[in-house]
Amino acid sequence: MNKIEVFKKGFLDVIPLTIPVIPFGIIYGVTATEIGLSPMITFVMSFVIFAGSSQIAFSQLFIAGASPLVIITSVAVINSRHLLYGAVLSQYLNKLNYYWRVLLSYLMTDQAFSVSLSYFKKNKKNYNSHFHMLGSGFTLWFLWQTSTLLGIIFGNIVPEQLGLEFIIPLTFLSLIISELRKLDHLIVIIISGLTSLVAYSFPYKIYIIISALLSLGVAYILVAKFKKISK
Amino acid sequence: MIWFWISVAGLVTFLTRYSMIAFIDPKILNTNLKKVLNYVPSAVFPALIFPAVFLDKKGFFVNIDNPQIWAFCIAVIVGYFFNNIILTIVSGLISFWILTFYF
Repeated sequence: MNKIEVFKKGFLDVIPLTIPVIPFGIIYGVTATEIGLSPMITFVMSFVIFAGSSQIAFSQLFIAGASPLVIITSVAVINSRHLLYGAVLSQYLNKLNYYWRVLLSYLMTDQAFSVSLSYFKKNKKNYNSHFHMLGSGFTLWFLWQTSTLLGIIFGNIVPEQLGLEFIIPLTFLSLIISELRKLDHLIVIIISGLTSLVAYSFPYKIYIIISALLSLGVAYILVAKFKKISK
Repeated sequence: MIWFWISVAGLVTFLTRYSMIAFIDPKILNTNLKKVLNYVPSAVFPALIFPAVFLDKKGFFVNIDNPQIWAFCIAVIVGYFFNNIILTIVSGLISFWILTFYF
């Protein structure tokens, strides 16, 4: 496949996963301006940070008068899962030049990571496979900026009864749905999920990375002790 | 000041995304570690799923009759059998609406 076809594939693969991005972007735009940030700051934050939950945490903590140290620590902890994504993607992106790596890093999101990783795994020999992540990443980026603007300009146009926030966990579920069939993955999924429920009230949203690291520890044991089940 | 701290937050966020891609040499990862990295989606996404389904905004467990628990279970079952991303999301959302508006 040539570059444009791979780019389009990235766009098409990520489209179903962008359903929650639009309401979430609108919610962010509304919340940030309602609690007192200027429209300009709200918009620029989507551009500079480009990470939904970090932006919401940043706005709320800033308006509440939290110390910068607390704010930046929260942002770092919430985003720490990107370190794991980067470690996985480094196997596929390490041959790219500096500019590509900077660009694709900036565009890295949960959804782009997930769909492009599946593509990379299936197309190890494709010379243009990084265009897939450009496609998935740019699509999400564009929708995030647009929906932030919609939230800022039109206010809350998403009816609350539709429960659109519920699409967020459904999207993440869809990203691991094929792993439910594998016993080793299922164990990791359940341990991570249960840990997140227990650790949810810990400060700085640290439960995400705690759950991830703990269940990866279990994964390591599974890999090391039972080599047969992990191909 | 807010501009300064937004820039810092942006830089920190970027570094979490960039540092591993930039500085990890895949050759130094041993086979076991590479295998463990295959589990990253299964290790991270449940931590984003479970609290959003089973806990309310204050961190308390939601009631057992909450439609999102049942809609989530339906999405798991549909997703499991059809192994399809779109069907998982759509079945969960439609069940959620039906359970919310008709029961």
